[in-house]
Amino acid sequence: MQNQNRINLNNILSILIFLPILAALPILFFKKENVKLIKGYSLAVTLLTFVASLYLYFSFNIESGDYQFVEKFQWVQLFNTFYYVGIDGISLLLIVLSTFMMPLCIIASWNTIQKNLKNYYFLLLTLLGGLIGVFCSLDLILFYVFWEFILIPMYFLIGIWGGENRIYATVKFFLYTMFGSVLLLIGIVWLGILCIPYLGMFSTDLTQLTSVSSNLPVDIQTYLFILFTLSFLIKVPLFPFHTWLPDAHVQAPTAGSVVLAALLLKMGTYGLIRFSLSLFPAGFVTLTPYIATLAVIGIVYGALLSIVQKDMKKLVAYSSVSHLGFIVLGTFALTQEAMQGSVIQMINHGLSTGALFMIVGMIYERRHTKEIEKFGGIMKVMPVFSVIFMIVVFSSIGLPGLNGFIGEFLVLIGSFNSVNLGSNLYVIISTSAVILSAVYLLWMFQRVMLGPLDKEENKSMKDISKMELASIIPILIFIVWIGVSPNTFLKVSENSVKKVIENFEQTKQRMSAGFLK
Amino acid sequence: MSNFFYLVVLMPLIGFFINGLFGKKINNEKISGWLSSICILIPFIISAGTFFELLSMSPESRTIHQVYFSWIATGDLGINYAYLIDPLSISLVLVITGIGFLIHLYSIGYMHGDKGFAKYFAFLNLFVFAMLNLVLGDNLLLIFLGWEGVGLCSYLLIGFWYEKKFTGDAAKKAFIVNRIGDFGFMIAMFLIFANFGTLEISAFLSQISGIQINDGLLIAISLLLFLGACGKSAQIPLYVWLPDAMAGPTPVSALIHAATMVTAGIYLLARTSILYALAPFTTHIVLIVGLLTALMAATIALKQNDIKKILAYSTVSQLGFMFVAIGNFAFTIAVFHLITHAFFKALLFLGSGSVIHGMHEEQDITKMGGLKNKMKITFVTFFIGSLALAGIPPLSGFFSKDEIMYLTFITSGPAYYIITLIAAACTAFYIFRLIGLTFYGKPRYDEAHLHPHESPSLMTIPLIILAVLSAIGGFIGLPHWLGHSMLGDWLAPVFSGAMSILSTYQPEHQTSVALELGLVAVSVIVATTMIVISFKKFSKQTTFEEPTGFGKVLENKYYVDEIYDKTIVEPIQKTSDKILWKIFDIKIIDGFINGVANYISRLSFDWRKIQTGVIQDYTTLSVAGIVILLIYLIFR
Repeated sequence: MQNQNRINLNNILSILIFLPILAALPILFFKKENVKLIKGYSLAVTLLTFVASLYLYFSFNIESGDYQFVEKFQWVQLFNTFYYVGIDGISLLLIVLSTFMMPLCIIASWNTIQKNLKNYYFLLLTLLGGLIGVFCSLDLILFYVFWEFILIPMYFLIGIWGGENRIYATVKFFLYTMFGSVLLLIGIVWLGILCIPYLGMFSTDLTQLTSVSSNLPVDIQTYLFILFTLSFLIKVPLFPFHTWLPDAHVQAPTAGSVVLAALLLKMGTYGLIRFSLSLFPAGFVTLTPYIATLAVIGIVYGALLSIVQKDMKKLVAYSSVSHLGFIVLGTFALTQEAMQGSVIQMINHGLSTGALFMIVGMIYERRHTKEIEKFGGIMKVMPVFSVIFMIVVFSSIGLPGLNGFIGEFLVLIGSFNSVNLGSNLYVIISTSAVILSAVYLLWMFQRVMLGPLDKEENKSMKDISKMELASIIPILIFIVWIGVSPNTFLKVSENSVKKVIENFEQTKQRMSAGFLK
Repeated sequence: MSNFFYLVVLMPLIGFFINGLFGKKINNEKISGWLSSICILIPFIISAGTFFELLSMSPESRTIHQVYFSWIATGDLGINYAYLIDPLSISLVLVITGIGFLIHLYSIGYMHGDKGFAKYFAFLNLFVFAMLNLVLGDNLLLIFLGWEGVGLCSYLLIGFWYEKKFTGDAAKKAFIVNRIGDFGFMIAMFLIFANFGTLEISAFLSQISGIQINDGLLIAISLLLFLGACGKSAQIPLYVWLPDAMAGPTPVSALIHAATMVTAGIYLLARTSILYALAPFTTHIVLIVGLLTALMAATIALKQNDIKKILAYSTVSQLGFMFVAIGNFAFTIAVFHLITHAFFKALLFLGSGSVIHGMHEEQDITKMGGLKNKMKITFVTFFIGSLALAGIPPLSGFFSKDEIMYLTFITSGPAYYIITLIAAACTAFYIFRLIGLTFYGKPRYDEAHLHPHESPSLMTIPLIILAVLSAIGGFIGLPHWLGHSMLGDWLAPVFSGAMSILSTYQPEHQTSVALELGLVAVSVIVATTMIVISFKKFSKQTTFEEPTGFGKVLENKYYVDEIYDKTIVEPIQKTSDKILWKIFDIKIIDGFINGVANYISRLSFDWRKIQTGVIQDYTTLSVAGIVILLIYLIFR
């Protein structure tokens, strides 16, 4: 599996995971007053992580769909659990997205987070390590540990630096995700036990389990699929498990919202592909109509609710529900084009929604409100800001030439004739989102930025600062890059996605007598 | 010249970037304006060269296919940045860059002193870039890129004066209504890719050539593409955005909302002519929609008082005529009318801009009058444009419109012809009402404060050039009783596929010169009569009353906007707000979650009582647990 010629840093994945976590510890010993050191140090650590991930990116072999940079050694002997990490193209894109967004989050927090700096940056760094861990774990228990680990920094980020109603939001966030986590843990243990007859021992090794799990009876696979998938779908979040998201977003500080939308939600969609699909093909097929229906409802429902929101952050949060529905739909379509669309849409949503939250944050910093009706005509006082805002809005609307379109289009065109979905009604209904997304985003843009500048308190709003530009311009570059030349990114995951689908098809054939009527 | 063809598309993009990024720093109207104009002029010259290059080839081989690089490649999907240069696309490129250049020049004068000067030219260049992609793209997705790109520019330019409330509304409305059409366009692409495995137009068309007439799939695809066309080309039921789009600067209305962008739908149907030849069911719907739109918009224009609104409804109506041509399978004539309309409608809009400019932003023609002597060039050129629109020979509009009406008569029958005749009559009437009220009679504005003046030469020169084109442009497509249609020959290879399919099921229509001349006589007499009546009435009118009865319905545009608001917009908003959000999301889903949470917390509150802190209690419980476990293990 390893490509020895290209890899000389054998432990690059471990380095990526533990660099930010270990480097976070010294922050706790910094002097509280030394604000610049804390911020500068954190930025340096995230930038270093980003550079390391670039090394990963450039030494990754895109010709292969196998796991690369694999590290594996015994962890808990009793349960046959391994420290087992490795990545394919899908994980790679998400890892690089994480390491790319985190320095920007720190820049975005630079002047906006004032209290408890040490803990804040400590948490952000550990969060980054945990995220990378999630995206490269190939052992279920290891995955579960990182998955749970991330809850903690996120919980505190909202709970300490959040808005007025932060406690309600954190408890809701915690309850929802804990509920899913418990199911996931039960699923992992149950799967391990059920596979003992095939493997001769209890195991949580993803590759081992994948090779035998399709032997399980269809109904058992379906139950296991539900246990795993429910937890992922809550994280996505898919309708109707989405109501924690608007509250969490509204209460979270800007960087919290960015991390949440851009990265945390992707854990769910990633989990669907990496675990639900590869471990339980029969369950995947059986439940496709239900989940695809929920995805389509979510796409339309999220968009409709976005239209009527009065709070900018809530609007963006509901739009996420809509956009993530596309990712789920594309995953369940099980065609090369659609799943590639899902993968690129994960990146796109990270960039565009991340940028939207930054933009709302910038407005909030100036006026301490996110209520749409408090604004109007801001373009006049913030011309540069408005250009950036508009580009991001059109990226999110899915204008061809910008990133959002590529993902949506690939998902839709790939899902249209999907055998697994079995009907093109899913796509036809989902396509209506191209109309609705224009409605809610352009209407918000109009009410905030256009029209007469008639409110006295808005007249003194300052245009975007250098620091704010630094946090958002890198995102804009990729918004355009992916829109104009998506192949740069599509080819990274092309073979990995192909492999995922091929594996699925092979298993399906092997079990042909069994689960497909 | 085709070797440099990429520059045709690249130059406007460069212009966009220079003006967009550095326009504020340059801060010089002359540099910004001229730079932008040259970025359109050079493409015009190159495409003219390419035109002659094509002309020198044999008619069947007049196609240049240029593939630049891959845009999207994954799985079975491969989309290239690739251009198809053929007689159809190069004709439109010449119109876009040619008229585009004139409008750029005009804009230098018109936008003088505007604080968004450089931004305006950046957007205008971006528009031309997108429009060129639209007509040159060899695959539907690249066309869609241009399609959405022009929509974006239209949005940006309608909302250019963003400080007014209504410009934002109009811009948003334009984009959203267009997106409804795009929905159709997208589904059509999905259907095509799913069934033919390609989005390249020529590959798609060659695959369908063998399919039988009115196949269900082809009807579906053609109807969906037509829905897209209805959005962009402002046909019933999606025309409502175009009149509002007049909120933008007037040269924008001339370029985008008259000469180029709004004809994209006609282009799309012409480009896929084989599809429409194979799906006569859809083509008949195109005919009916075109007829209704032509008639409805022309009647609305009768009662409007805003000079730009009249021209906007006129544009909607004329686009309807183009769809009528396609509805009669007369693709060449549709393109012919597209070109002549581009000349005279750009002229009329620029003329109206000159009037508005001279009248210091007044747009209400009931508050004008007698401008003929104060704005001589504007008046004369506007008059020529109006005659062309009204269909008076030998001006350009006469040839293209009469050909459409004649073909309607022989292909679809006299009943349909009558509708076009009524629409044409209304056209002559409303445009001379505009002329009468604007240029003749006594001034109805405050002469002490307002001194209308002729516009500067940067604005009048484009008017003169367009007036000449409007006057003589019809000669490229002379009817056969008069001579030879150069345009017909030129476009013949593009539409030969569609024509040969048509010949398999459609009987050859009996053409007769006598009938055609008779119809020409009828329409010319009707138009002239209308002009005279209208002119007599309105050139002397001094008082204006509120219209009543049907006039009021017309003035209020058949209340279509209000109906849409009540039946579509408001129900969606109310349902989303009152039912989906406030009841379903908050009460039901969240209510359930919070209920569970409360229940658990109450439960744990109760259960807390067993944590007594007394060791004996714990021991008892532990022992009990172990006993139960043992019993289970023994008896299982």
